[in-house]
Amino acid sequence: MIKARELAKPQAQSGHTQPAKGGRRHLLDLDDLSRAEIETLLSTAKTMQEVLHRDIKKVPTLRGKTIITLFYEASTRTRVSFEQAGKVLSADVINVSSSGSSVEKGESLYNTAKTLQAMNADIIVIRHPHSGAPYLMSHFLDSCVINAGDGSHAHPTQALLDLYTLQQHLGTVEGLKVVMVGDILYSRVARSNLWGLTKMGAQVVLCGPLTLIPLDFLTAYRNREGHPFASIEVETNVERALEGADAVMVLRLQRERQQAGHLPSLREYSQVYGINQKRLALAKPNVLVLHPGPMNEGIEIDPEVAHGAHSVIEEQVNNGVAVRMAVLYQLATPSREGS
Amino acid sequence: MLDNHLLWLIKGGRVLDPSQGLDQVGNILVKDGKVAWIKKHGAATSPPDNCHTLDAKGLIVCPGFIDLHCHLREPGYEDKETIATGTMAAARGGFTTVCAMPNTNPPLDNGPTVEFVKRKAQEEGVVRVIPVGCITKGRLGNQMAEMAELARAGVVGFSDDGSPLADSNIMRSALSYSRSLGLPIINHCEDPDLFRGGAMNEGWVSTRLGLKGIPTTAEATMASRDIALAELTGGRLHLAHISTAASLERVRQAKEKGIRVTCEVTPHHLTMSEDWVLGNRGEGSPFPPLGAGAYNTMAKVNPPLRSREDVQAMIQGLREGIIDAIATDHAPHSHVDKLCTFDEAAFGISVLETALGSLMTLVHGGSLPLPTLIARLTWAPAQLIGSDLGTLKDGSPADITILDPDAPWVVDTSQFASKGKNTPLEGATLKGKVMATMVAGTFRYRDDKLKMEQADG
Amino acid sequence: MPEKRVLTNEDIRRVLTRIAHEILERNRGAEGLILVGMHTRGVPLAQRLAEKIAEFEGAKIPVGTLDIGLYRDDLSGGRRPKVHPTEIPVDLEGQRVVLVDDVLFTGRSIRAAMDALTDFGRPQLIQLAVLIDRGHREIPIRADYVGKNIPTSMDEEVQVRLRETDGRDEVVIRTQEEA
Repeated sequence: MIKARELAKPQAQSGHTQPAKGGRRHLLDLDDLSRAEIETLLSTAKTMQEVLHRDIKKVPTLRGKTIITLFYEASTRTRVSFEQAGKVLSADVINVSSSGSSVEKGESLYNTAKTLQAMNADIIVIRHPHSGAPYLMSHFLDSCVINAGDGSHAHPTQALLDLYTLQQHLGTVEGLKVVMVGDILYSRVARSNLWGLTKMGAQVVLCGPLTLIPLDFLTAYRNREGHPFASIEVETNVERALEGADAVMVLRLQRERQQAGHLPSLREYSQVYGINQKRLALAKPNVLVLHPGPMNEGIEIDPEVAHGAHSVIEEQVNNGVAVRMAVLYQLATPSREGS
Repeated sequence: MLDNHLLWLIKGGRVLDPSQGLDQVGNILVKDGKVAWIKKHGAATSPPDNCHTLDAKGLIVCPGFIDLHCHLREPGYEDKETIATGTMAAARGGFTTVCAMPNTNPPLDNGPTVEFVKRKAQEEGVVRVIPVGCITKGRLGNQMAEMAELARAGVVGFSDDGSPLADSNIMRSALSYSRSLGLPIINHCEDPDLFRGGAMNEGWVSTRLGLKGIPTTAEATMASRDIALAELTGGRLHLAHISTAASLERVRQAKEKGIRVTCEVTPHHLTMSEDWVLGNRGEGSPFPPLGAGAYNTMAKVNPPLRSREDVQAMIQGLREGIIDAIATDHAPHSHVDKLCTFDEAAFGISVLETALGSLMTLVHGGSLPLPTLIARLTWAPAQLIGSDLGTLKDGSPADITILDPDAPWVVDTSQFASKGKNTPLEGATLKGKVMATMVAGTFRYRDDKLKMEQADG
Repeated sequence: MPEKRVLTNEDIRRVLTRIAHEILERNRGAEGLILVGMHTRGVPLAQRLAEKIAEFEGAKIPVGTLDIGLYRDDLSGGRRPKVHPTEIPVDLEGQRVVLVDDVLFTGRSIRAAMDALTDFGRPQLIQLAVLIDRGHREIPIRADYVGKNIPTSMDEEVQVRLRETDGRDEVVIRTQEEA
């Protein structure tokens, strides 16, 4: 029997992802992580990075734990990254994709959740085209739920690996000027990065056509002193935005945006907002270029930049495994206070 | 049988009847399904023999509520609601008359389907059901339905509710054609191009959640168009469930100009804002981290819950009378329609049984006088459908609602008569409760706590 | 919690000097030797031993650090230690590894450390040096070099404090107070 009451009940504001006995149950976004928690994840990722550089890339940490990756959307790097992370930590990883499973037969997410619940998985990693799907899962599952990207809402592990990459190269994120260029409005990567970057003390500048910038969002936070989003700036001129930047996050421009009427053409977008060498020269000499992938080279990013000296795009992929190992480790093992 | 008794004295309640400006403690005698008389409490009157008495001391006695807009789902979607369960829910909510929207399957776009609903309502319904007919055939928006036949079958207006009538030319024709029938065109105002697959109000909450937004302008632009067409044709326009300050402003201007436009608002657009989708019922910090209650599909409704400013504007519009009436837009859905992601979930809230309780928060909060609230639920909607209901004048049908304005109760959907358990109010404590609902002299719902005195013999 | 000092600053210095000599004696010099300190306090201890060996032998021997967080067998038991990076500067193949830790207690950490070490290669042999052996072994493990044997009861806690991590050198026993 379906318990509608469960769904109708309002939940506690926070504490859902952090049960009283220490330790985090789910990673759904970075909005409820403290700066200290983010820092712990990043330092743990550093340890994990060392494991990845060994000849024998295997530690027994999560032996006997089951991780199910449930992907309702095509993905290569994120799914493989989670799978590798789980396997390096000796967990059993089961991959479920929407094609070839009962999802294809129209099983609802709720029923899938109940089925997975019965399988007693320790961790469910979910990617879904609808915003909020992982929240629905976390509502019904005892397992830890990790959001591997939901609609245009959030992609917390991508944001963590971006932070990790910045920290690795520039030592700290505090005080950096980070420019995000492109489709902010529909980007889950941008949204999670906004939380991560501002919590870690970066100065964030959003740049893109106004049809793709969430102005109402920023206005709502603008007057809230102390809220991390109060400091976010918007600059529609990409040259001005790039001046003195420590890092540029180039976002993927979905082709649908043109069809939906947000842009006249990809060509015009590329001319006005595409990141090329000339524009990049306006930033700091050691500026980093990040891109969550997959890239549309020649549209949002020039191939010369994508594969140039400032690009850390390949490293992002490598760092993704270490960061996801850190997340799996933190979620799958209960915490103890202190060390 | 007790409830079918022909003679009832409702004693000592605060009789509130906006139709005759009545607000006093008094006694009402109901005889043969009609209001026989209302007398001031304490006046020397002896009730007739063989008269049952209901003690309404401390309660409010008012005309039965009239809902201009509800979805009974039958025929076609009996898993969501039936005429039997829907009217039972209405009775529990204090409604004695409900206007059934025609977006059934098949839709009410011809005489026989309207007859079917009326017959079903007579056989199984517990309150009065008045059907609304479609504006266009099949609700497809491209050809007018046979409105004269529908009018003969007894509809009170025409609506393609659920689907906005986008074709301006058809809208113009409908407003013009229905003039001679004396019935309003009821449009669900929402520009489909601006709607574009939206799931909730466009604003900071939708952006926060990564959900596609429906801008307030989607409603206002179509409201503007409809008002212009009403002015052009002289037809009667009724705007269903308006939700934004912008469309309210358009209605205000139109009314000042003397254009024949009326409108309604739902209880939820008067009491809930977009942040209910966050799962926190609009309480606490407006910018909390998301909990498991976020993406609350129970708060997914169309038109969507709007900003707090829009809610305030709706309350003010209702108080000032720019908004003519309250209508529930009761939209019951089954569990599977809501136990899914927000994008997949159906639009709609099951409203009938919580309407009064949630509306009373406005009265208790001081933003709406009780007599105004009752007027917008009774006399005002009666005027709009040209009916002799919604009043307690001597000789009028004894459709009476008795309520306890201060009684607290907890919303428990498992106790709902409606099949639709879809409400974001589950578990909430509301203050203000329907104690009894009488339709044509017969009690259709009666709280066990009411004190009755049976006549001898 | 009342505490009793069992080793002073001076004691620690003497003990480490002896262990350094023992290591050289047992291994006949510093050839092929690597010291691996276990996080947290084994790391500075390994450094100090390496310095002493350099002083006595004139040979600079490599020092690694090892974190066993990812190898613990008690992860499900309600504890998640903060993990630190492991650094093994040379290939362990054929090397003589001396693991260094502050306190030897149940032996489980050492078991985890040996699991971890073998992931880096196949050393010729592994030896164990500890500052304190407090007894209560739960698995068959013993130390090759012991600074001091301190018999304890289960409700006691041995705490090693070092300059590098705690600001001063001393070893104390803390007793759990009766509730």
